[in-house]
Amino acid sequence: MVDVSSNKLKMCKITNTSLSFRLNIKSAPHPPPPPPPPPTAAASTTNIASKRHELLLFEALREGLEEEMDRDPRVCVMGEDVGHYGGSYKVTKGFATKFGDLRVLDTPIAENSFTGMAIGAAMTGLRPIVEGMNMGFLLLAFNQISNNCGMLHYTSGGQFKIPIVIRGPGGVGRQLGAEHSQRLESYFQSIPGIQMVACSTPYNAKGLMKAAIRSDNPVILFEHVLLYNLKERIPDEEYVLNLEEAEMVRPGEHVTILTYSRMRYHVMQAAKTLVNKGYDPEVIDIRSLKPFDLHTIGNSVKKTHRVVIVEECMRTGGIGASLTASINENFHDYLDAPIVCLSSQDVPTPYAGTLEEWTVVQPAQIVAAVEQLCR
Amino acid sequence: MAQLTHRTSSLLKPLSFALSSTRHLSSTTPITVETSLPFTGHNIEPPSRSVETTPQELIKFFRDMALMRRMEIASDSLYKAKLIRGFCHLYDGQEAVAVGMESAITRKDCIITAYRDHCLFLGRGGTLVEAFAELMGRKEGCSKGKGGSMHFYKKEGGFYGGHGIVGAQVPLGCGLAFAQKYSKDENVTFAMYGDGAANQGQLFEALNMAALWDLPAILVCENNHYGMGTAEWRAAKSPAYYKRGDYVPGLKVDGMDAFAVKQACKFAKEHALKNGPIILEMDTYRYHGHSMSDPGSTYRTRDEISGVRQERDPVERIRKLVLAHDLATEKELKDTEKEIRKEVDDAIAKAKESPLPDPSELFTNIYVKGYGVESYGADRKELRAVLP
Repeated sequence: MVDVSSNKLKMCKITNTSLSFRLNIKSAPHPPPPPPPPPTAAASTTNIASKRHELLLFEALREGLEEEMDRDPRVCVMGEDVGHYGGSYKVTKGFATKFGDLRVLDTPIAENSFTGMAIGAAMTGLRPIVEGMNMGFLLLAFNQISNNCGMLHYTSGGQFKIPIVIRGPGGVGRQLGAEHSQRLESYFQSIPGIQMVACSTPYNAKGLMKAAIRSDNPVILFEHVLLYNLKERIPDEEYVLNLEEAEMVRPGEHVTILTYSRMRYHVMQAAKTLVNKGYDPEVIDIRSLKPFDLHTIGNSVKKTHRVVIVEECMRTGGIGASLTASINENFHDYLDAPIVCLSSQDVPTPYAGTLEEWTVVQPAQIVAAVEQLCR
Repeated sequence: MAQLTHRTSSLLKPLSFALSSTRHLSSTTPITVETSLPFTGHNIEPPSRSVETTPQELIKFFRDMALMRRMEIASDSLYKAKLIRGFCHLYDGQEAVAVGMESAITRKDCIITAYRDHCLFLGRGGTLVEAFAELMGRKEGCSKGKGGSMHFYKKEGGFYGGHGIVGAQVPLGCGLAFAQKYSKDENVTFAMYGDGAANQGQLFEALNMAALWDLPAILVCENNHYGMGTAEWRAAKSPAYYKRGDYVPGLKVDGMDAFAVKQACKFAKEHALKNGPIILEMDTYRYHGHSMSDPGSTYRTRDEISGVRQERDPVERIRKLVLAHDLATEKELKDTEKEIRKEVDDAIAKAKESPLPDPSELFTNIYVKGYGVESYGADRKELRAVLP
C-alpha cells in the first residue's frame, strides 16, 4: 500500500478542475413554455452574494413544487392525503386551497392504480407528481412503475413520453418498523427508462424537485424521513439543479467517500473525526442514483485512488453494489485498494431503538473503514 | 362496387371504404336496423334496440370487418411460418367490437386495451403495413419494431396501446379519462379488458376512483368467456361482469353484433360525459385460442366454436344485412373480399421488404432527450465513462 503518512498533514490544494468544469455547464434550453434560463448550479457552500432565506427541507420541497405548479398548469399532484390534509409530511400544505382539488388530488389507498392513473395522464401530456406516503407503499405499484412508466417510451417507439415524478420518503430512522423503513433504490435501479435522484439538503431538494418536474422522463425522487426538518439558507432567486450531477461536499486528497441521502450526515460527522486524526477525505454526495455521475466520481478516484461507499441500502444488490461494479469496471487502473462498501445490514429493520441504530452505518464504522483503507 | 383507384396508396391509407353503386337507395339514406338481442342494464335504462345506419356505413362495416378478419388469418399463417415470433393474440371473431366502437366515437376519444390489439389499431387509423411490419419486428412498424404484437400504439389516432400485463391498462385508462377531465375537452376514454382481467384488483381500484371523481371513463369488458384456458364460470364467482361495478351502471351488449356495439358505445359516451363511468360488457367470442401457442381446443369443443361461427359470426351478420337491404350482390361482396385479400397480401409483401431495425435503435427511445439528460446522456451505448 502506498504510504500516505507524508501526505497526511498537507492541506489539499483545490485545483478544482471538476468544479470549474461544473461551473461552465449551462443548462440546456427548456421545452416550452420557456422561462428565462436558470442560473448555473453551484454548490450550496459557495459564496454567492445573493439574497437567501432560511427554511426546512420539506418547505424547500414545497417551494419547488409550488413554483413549478405556478409555472406550468399541466403539473398536478396525486397521492394519499396530499390535498385537504396537506400531505403527511406537510410538503403540499396549502396547495388544495390554492390550486383546487383536481390539481392536488386526494386519492384513495390504491397505489397500484393511482400510479397507473398518473402514468395514463402523463401519456396525454399532463405532468403528474405521485406522492407515496412512504416509499415502501410504492412496492404495490411496482408493476406500473416498471412496465408502464419505464418502458412505454420504448415500446411505443417514442410516441409517448411519461414526464412523471414519483416521490416519497423512505429510509430508516424513526423506529417505524420493518415495513415502513424500506429503501427502494435497490429494487428500482434496474428498471430501464427511469432516472433516480436522492435529495439530502434543502438546497438540492428544491433544485432536484424542479429539475425532476421539468424533465420529460420519469424520475423517482427519494427523500428521507429523518431529513425533513433540516434547516438551511437557500437562494431567493430561482434555480434548478442538474439531475445527473453529483455534489462535491468536501474536497480532499486521501480518500473518496461516496454517499447519498441521510448517510451524508453520518459521513460528515465521521469526516470531522477523520480530519482531527489527520486524514483528508473527499466527500461526494452522488445525488443521482441512476445514472451515476461517473464524471465527478472518476475525477475524484483519479485524485485519491481510494474509495469508500457509505449507503443506507442493503448490502445485497444495493446502490453500493452497482456503484462498486461501475467504478471497478471504469476506473480500475486508478484504484490502489479494493473499494470498501459500507451498507445497511441485510435484515428487516427492527423496532427497538438500539437495534435500529445498528442496522445502518454509524460514523464510528466509517472512521474505522477509512483508517483501515489508508493504512 | 366502385374500384379503388389508387392501389398502392390504399396500403398506406387506413381502412378505406368503397361506396356502393347506386341502387334504389342513395348511400346516405337512413336505414333502421334492429339489434339481435335487447340490451340488459344494471342500474340504468338500456338504450333502444333500433339503430340508425346508412348503406355507406353498412358497406363500411362489412369491409372493415372483412379486412380485420383477413389480417388476423394472415397473421396466423405468418406466425406458423415463423415470421412472427413471441406471442400473437388474434382477434378474429371479436371484430364487431372494434368496428362498432369506432363508428360511435371520434379520433379524439381514447381507446386503450390489452394485448389483443391488432384490429383496434387498424380501426384507429393504423395501416396494414405498419401492423405487419411491427409483427415481424421491422423498422416500419408502428413502434419501430421494438414493441411487438402486444405493443401497438397510435398517438395521432388516440390509440394508447397495447399492454402486456393483464389489467394494468385499466388504471392507465382512468388516467387518460382524468387528463380529459382536467383539460375539459369533451372526450371519453374506452378502457378495454377481458373477462380474465375482470378479476384484477386494480380494476376495482380504478373504478372506485373514476366514480369518485366522475371521470369520463367507459370500461369495456370483452367477455369472450375464456381467460386463456379457464372458462369464466371457473374463474369468477359472478360472471355478470356488467354488474360488477355495483354503484357504477352497466350494460350487457351482444358483442357479435356491430350495431349493438355502436349503439351501446354512443349511449355510453353520452352517459360518461354527464355522469361518470359506466361498464359495458361485450358478449363476444374468439375463434382462435388465447394466442398462437394455444390450440384453443383443449378447454372447449370444436362443435362450440363452429356453432358460434355459424350462428353469430359478425361478418356474416353484416353480409346478410347488406344482401337483405339489397345494397350489393353476393358477387360484389365476394369481389370485395378478394380485393381485401390482395390488399393484405400486398401489405405483407411490403412489410417483408421493410428492413430490420438498425442496431443503434437498441439504445434510442429509452429516455427523452431533454432537460436532465444532456450532460452525460443516459442512453450511452458504452457504459464506460470517458474523462475529458
